[in-house]
Amino acid sequence: MTSTLTISHLTKSFGGVKALSDVSLHVAAGERVALLGHNGAGKSTLMKVILGLIAADSGEISVCGAAPGGAAARAKVAYLPENATFHSALTGLEQITYYLRLRGENTSGAMALLDKVGLGHAAKRRIGTYSKGMRQRVGLAQTLIGRPDFLVLDEPTSGLDPVSRRDFYALLDRLAAEGAAILLSSHALTEVEARTDRLLILSGGQMVATGSLPDLRREAALPVAMHITTRKGYDADILAALPNAIRVGGALHLTCSQEDKLGTLAQISGLKNKVADIDVIPPSLEDIYSHFSRRDGQ
Amino acid sequence: MIARILATAITEAHIARRNRWVLIAVVLMVVFSLVLSAVGSAPSGGLGADPLSITVASLTSLSVYLVPLVALLMSFDAVAGEVERGTLPLLLTYPVARWEILAGKLVAHTGILVIALVAGYGAAALIAVVGDPAAAAGVGALWRLTWTSALLGATFLGIGYALSSLARRTSGAAGLAIGLWLGLVVLYDLALLAAVVADDGGIFTTQFFPTALLANPADAFRLFNLTASQATSAASGIGAAATSIALWQSLVSVLCWPLVALGLATLAFRKVQP
Repeated sequence: MTSTLTISHLTKSFGGVKALSDVSLHVAAGERVALLGHNGAGKSTLMKVILGLIAADSGEISVCGAAPGGAAARAKVAYLPENATFHSALTGLEQITYYLRLRGENTSGAMALLDKVGLGHAAKRRIGTYSKGMRQRVGLAQTLIGRPDFLVLDEPTSGLDPVSRRDFYALLDRLAAEGAAILLSSHALTEVEARTDRLLILSGGQMVATGSLPDLRREAALPVAMHITTRKGYDADILAALPNAIRVGGALHLTCSQEDKLGTLAQISGLKNKVADIDVIPPSLEDIYSHFSRRDGQ
Repeated sequence: MIARILATAITEAHIARRNRWVLIAVVLMVVFSLVLSAVGSAPSGGLGADPLSITVASLTSLSVYLVPLVALLMSFDAVAGEVERGTLPLLLTYPVARWEILAGKLVAHTGILVIALVAGYGAAALIAVVGDPAAAAGVGALWRLTWTSALLGATFLGIGYALSSLARRTSGAAGLAIGLWLGLVVLYDLALLAAVVADDGGIFTTQFFPTALLANPADAFRLFNLTASQATSAASGIGAAATSIALWQSLVSVLCWPLVALGLATLAFRKVQP
């Protein structure tokens, strides 16, 4: 696979505060990569450096084989800013027509683009009358202009309802299948896990984890929780057999490492005439995300 | 390149039309021109010039204030507004150079100014010609006034874009624009006059004064039109000074200023980090 985006040892600081330190990553053609991190983690800064809107202090960046922000790169890259905004006096159709002209595309495709994002009915209304979700969809429509090789999407689904979100990801799947590389940011791991090939977690300007969800799950090695409901009167016996367990409400809670999971389960099944029920709770996506994004004393 | 400049120009024209800027500019120019031609048609008798040339001399004095003001009002929002609305980062990721964006805005805004100028000057000329058919002899002066006014407008549009890029906030840009207008159009002349009076025919008056006039786009515009019409006697103020400066010098200043202003605007816009 050819690499659409390659970044090595990128550093950027604003007035002595490090926004990004020693970040390296790559995105291949046809790959969907999610960039995760909380507010201020450096996601938007990283995207702006990739787009050439702000210059890096050090490090090497190659976007579609060119320097970021150069004419060659800009012709191949589409961007959706966080909270996309447009001039309120223009209609959706005029705005998209403008973007088509800037990319040297035929303006007759403007209506089709707006239809694609479900804005055909509002095309001739001023953007000032649009809702946040509708503005976001104008933003999405402009990223689809001229089959970009690389899409940089900053929180693309904010303001979209669940149905529009599903449509949006379906659209991304098609673009990726046609060979476009996609880098999108989000703070919700639950939303992107099934829709992306790889995850990057940024925390305090550092890349703290990278890989597919199973990779990250393994690497995080978070403990498994078990909730045991005992048969009446056997609490004390079970607490004696499982010294790690604590009583929470009517149940006993127990945590163990991934490696000890089967051993612990075997031990509990040995007590089966004293146990009414057991729930095994694997670490949630949010737990995994917090684990990585809070590392380094955050 | 041309297509991208035109794309921005078309979009800016849509915005200006919706924001009523076209209407405001036209109404301003027409009203002031009509008022001026009504008031200024009286003293034509002893000057030996046709009525239209006299009207043009009055319009020159009007335009030197009004055209820069309208141009600055249209342009102060150009970059700062995009920054404040948050539309600039996306625009700058498109394959369009920053100077092309400014040139597109310049084309649209200059176009609107030209419409307003033609409407205003046209109305004044019509009144002059209807009042006295001999006025048709002054059409050359009117044409000269129209294209130089367009260039003066383009100059101040460019200066407005530069201020808009420097301020990065629309409120700051508006303040800078008004300050600059007062400075270049009003106070500059007052300061020069005061200096000339204090100097009393010394080295300032002979060496620096002509250069100072040519360096100011508004003064160069006024000089060029008055010198070319030989209507200096109809205008007060800097009239006497105009005789000591050759016509080609003020012409060069009038022609070069729009380019200089666009260059300054591009330099300032390049420094804007979205």
